[in-house]
Amino acid sequence: MGDFSNGLKEQVVQAASEGVPVKISGGGSKAFFGRHTDGQPLLTGQHQGIVSYEPSELVITARTGTPLQELEAILSEKEQMLACEAPHFGEQATLGGMVASGMSGPRRPFAGAVRDFVLGCRIINGKGELLTFGGQVMKNVAGYDVSRLMTGAMGTLGVLLEVSLRVLPRPATEVTVQLQCNVESALEQMKIRLGQPLPLSGSCFDGEFLYFRLSGPEQAVNKAVLILEGERMDDGAGFWRRLNEQTLPFFNGDEALWRFSVAPAAPPIDIEGRWLYDWGGAQRWLKSDISPSVAFQAADNLGGHATLYRGGNREGDIFHPLSQNLSALHRNLKEAFDPAGILNPNRMYREF
Amino acid sequence: MHSERRTDHPDKNALIQQFSAFLSNAAILADPEDLKPYECDGLSAYQKIPWLVVLPDTVDQVRKVMRICSREGVPVVARGAGTGLSGGALPVKNGVLLGLAKFNKILDIDALNRTARVQPGVRNLAISEASKPYGLYYAPDPSSQIACTIGGNVAENSGGVHCLKYGLTVHNVLQLSIVTVDGELVTIGGSGLDSPGFDLLALLTGSEGMLGVIVEVVVKLLPKPQATQILLASFDSVEKAGRAVAAVISAGHLPAGLEMMDNAAIRAVEDFVEIGYPLDAEAILLCELDGASESLAEEVAAVKSLLLAVAATEVRIACDDNEKQRFWAGRKAAFPAMGRISPDYLCMDGTIPRQHIGSVLTQINDLSKHYGFHVANVFHAGDGNLHPLILYDANSPGEQEQAEVLGGEILALCVKVGGVITGEHGVGVEKLNQMCIQFSPQELTQFHAVKSAFDPEGLLNPGKAIPTLRRCAEFGAMHVHSGKLPHPELERF
Repeated sequence: MGDFSNGLKEQVVQAASEGVPVKISGGGSKAFFGRHTDGQPLLTGQHQGIVSYEPSELVITARTGTPLQELEAILSEKEQMLACEAPHFGEQATLGGMVASGMSGPRRPFAGAVRDFVLGCRIINGKGELLTFGGQVMKNVAGYDVSRLMTGAMGTLGVLLEVSLRVLPRPATEVTVQLQCNVESALEQMKIRLGQPLPLSGSCFDGEFLYFRLSGPEQAVNKAVLILEGERMDDGAGFWRRLNEQTLPFFNGDEALWRFSVAPAAPPIDIEGRWLYDWGGAQRWLKSDISPSVAFQAADNLGGHATLYRGGNREGDIFHPLSQNLSALHRNLKEAFDPAGILNPNRMYREF
Repeated sequence: MHSERRTDHPDKNALIQQFSAFLSNAAILADPEDLKPYECDGLSAYQKIPWLVVLPDTVDQVRKVMRICSREGVPVVARGAGTGLSGGALPVKNGVLLGLAKFNKILDIDALNRTARVQPGVRNLAISEASKPYGLYYAPDPSSQIACTIGGNVAENSGGVHCLKYGLTVHNVLQLSIVTVDGELVTIGGSGLDSPGFDLLALLTGSEGMLGVIVEVVVKLLPKPQATQILLASFDSVEKAGRAVAAVISAGHLPAGLEMMDNAAIRAVEDFVEIGYPLDAEAILLCELDGASESLAEEVAAVKSLLLAVAATEVRIACDDNEKQRFWAGRKAAFPAMGRISPDYLCMDGTIPRQHIGSVLTQINDLSKHYGFHVANVFHAGDGNLHPLILYDANSPGEQEQAEVLGGEILALCVKVGGVITGEHGVGVEKLNQMCIQFSPQELTQFHAVKSAFDPEGLLNPGKAIPTLRRCAEFGAMHVHSGKLPHPELERF
C-alpha cells in the first residue's frame, strides 16, 4: 500500500523497450469487460491511498489502486458521494477500474457519468513517461482534455496512477416509488417525467414495474412522490444497488448480456430476449444470444451503440464497430500515447 | 511542433480561384476593408488583418475549403462570433480565416429526448429561447451569451455563472459533427448518453479549433427549475467572503451560481447601473439557489443564517423577480462598467481551489500595488474561477506590456496554489507562456502528439493553445534567473 508510481513506471519503460504487451489490472473486478487480452500483468492494486480530500472543495484525489468501497466510505463520512454511482462488481473494485471502464450507474442521466466528474489524472503513457493532466478544479481549459480521454479508454492509452474527481453532497432524502405498467406506458411516462423539473435520480423499467428514485430536500421529494402517484418502496436503496451491481433476477441466466445506449425516447428495439430499461430509456439491457451484427445494426438504426457486456465471444467484437474515419482517429491517438502498442492491446478493438 | 514556424507563401489568387468554383464572390473576402472586421476576436490587444476570409454556408463547402487548404498546405483558423477572450480566432500568417457565422440555424428541438441539434453559428442564448416553449433550456451561459455562438462555446469549453451546479459545455454536449483537416466529415458522439471508443467528445470540447472544424452540435437541454432565489451578502473583507464560499459548500448546498465582486468592482458597477449594491462592502457574494418551490424557502433561510454566521455584515434576499434581475444585472454589467472607468483592461481567468480565494485575492492586491495598476475582481467564486481585471491605458507607452507581466504573475500564482491558468476563456495566443508553467515538456509533447493525430501537418489554428518547447525554453530563460522567480520580495505561497 502506498505510492508505487516509480515501480510501475519502470515496468512500462521495460515493456516498451522490449515491445512486450502489458495487461493492466487493479482489483480484477472488471476483468470480464472488454475483449480478451494477453500480456504481462501490470498490477496497480497496491498503489493505494487518498492523496488529498478537502470536502469544501468538492474534490478528492486518490491513487488508482484505492478500493472504491474505501473511497466511498470516506466521502460518506462527510455526507458526500461519487454522483456517477459507478458499479463495483466485487469488493475488490478500484478507482482505477472505475475510470478505465467508465461505467456509470442509475444516477448517470441526472447527475453525470464518470467522465463528467474526472477533473485530472496522473498517468504513465506507453513510453513510460509520468504525465499529469487536468487539475483539482472544476473549471480548467488549459490544454486538451486528456483526463476525460483516459476515462473509458480501458487502459489502452495510459496506466492511470492518480485521479482527481469532483464529488457532490449526498441528498438529504431518497425515496423510490414503483408503478406497475407495460413497456409502452413505462417509456411514455419516463419521457414525460424526465422533461419535468422533478428531483429525479433514477428511472428504470424492469419489465413489470416502473421505478423512479427521488433525491433532495424532504419536502421536494415528498411533493414529487405525490405527483408520480407511485407506491413507496421500503428498500428502494437495495433495488438500485442490485440493479447497479447486476444482481437482480433479470441478470440471471446463461444468455449473453448486451447493453444498448440510445436516445431515451427511442421505441422498443425489436430483438427477441428479455429487456430492462435504465437511465430513463437511454440505457437498455438485453439478455439474449443474438449475433453481434444484429445487435450492432439495431443500435445503428437508432443512432446509438451496443456493447457485448458479459458472455458471448470475448475474442470477437465487444464494443460497437467504429466508422472508418473514427477508427483511423482512434489508431492515431493510440499511436500518440502508446507508440509501441504495449498497453492493453486489443482490449477495446482488435485494431489496436 | 512546426505550428509556430510556418514560412509557406501560397499563391493567394490561385487559391481564390479554386474557392470561386463553389463559393460566391460575396463569400470570399480579400479586400483590406472587408478583412478589417476579422482582425481580432474579443481580445483586441492582439490584431492581425487576415490574409483571406471565406464564409461558406454549407457543410459541403467547408469540406471543399478544407480539402483545398490541406492540399495546398494553407493554415485555417475557424471563427464563430469572434467573442473569444484569448485570441483563439486571431488570424494567422498566410492563412484562411474560416467564418462559420452563416451556419445559424436551429435544426431541431427534440423535446422528448431533451436535445437541440443546431448549426455552429447559432447563438448560445438562441438555444434557450427556442427551447422555452417546451419548459427546457440550455444550461451553460457565458456572459457573452447573447452574442457568442455554440461552435465557439464547444471549441473553448465555455462556462458561465451556472457551472457550479450545471457544468461546463463539455457536460452538456451529446454529439458533434466535425470536418477534419483533410475535409472528411466525422460524427462524434451519438443519440444516447455515451458513445463507443475513446471520449473524443471531451477531447474535441475545448480543443480551440486545433483538431477539427465543428459544423453541427447536439446539446442537452434541461427542464427549467421550478423556482429560483438570489441572496446578496456583504462582507467587510475579501477573506471573509472567501471563507463564506467554502462554508456554503461544506454545508452541503450546491448553489446554481455563486459569484463574488470586490469593492473596486462594486463601485464601478454602481457608478454604471445603480443597482443598490452596498458601496461600503469590501466584497459581496451573489448566491443563486434553485429547486422545487416546496423546499426552496427553507434552503434560502438556511443559507442566509449560514452567511450571517460566517460574518456577513448584511444578507439581502431578492423580494421579487424584478429584484432578482437587478441583482444579476449588476454582475452582468461588471465588464462594461470597467470599460467605463478605464480605457483598457486585461481579464485574467485562472482557477484556484476555493479555500485559497481570500489569500490569493490579498496577494493579487499586493501585486497590483507593486505594479501600480488597479485590479478589480468579479468572478465565479463557487468554481474558484477568478477574473482579475487589470485596468490600464494602452495609449500610455509600456503600460500594456507591464499589465501583461502582472497578468502572467497572477496566473503563476494560481498555478502555485494548485490551480490552473485558464478556467473558461482558453489559452489561445494569450496564455501560451503560462502553459509552460503549468505543463512539463513531456506533457506538452504529449499534447502535440494528440494534435498530430488529427492534424499531422499542423494546419488547423497553428500557433495557438499549446506552446512549442522552444518557446517555453525562451520564456523560462527570460523569467527565471538562477532559480529565482522575479520579485522575490513578494510573499508567495
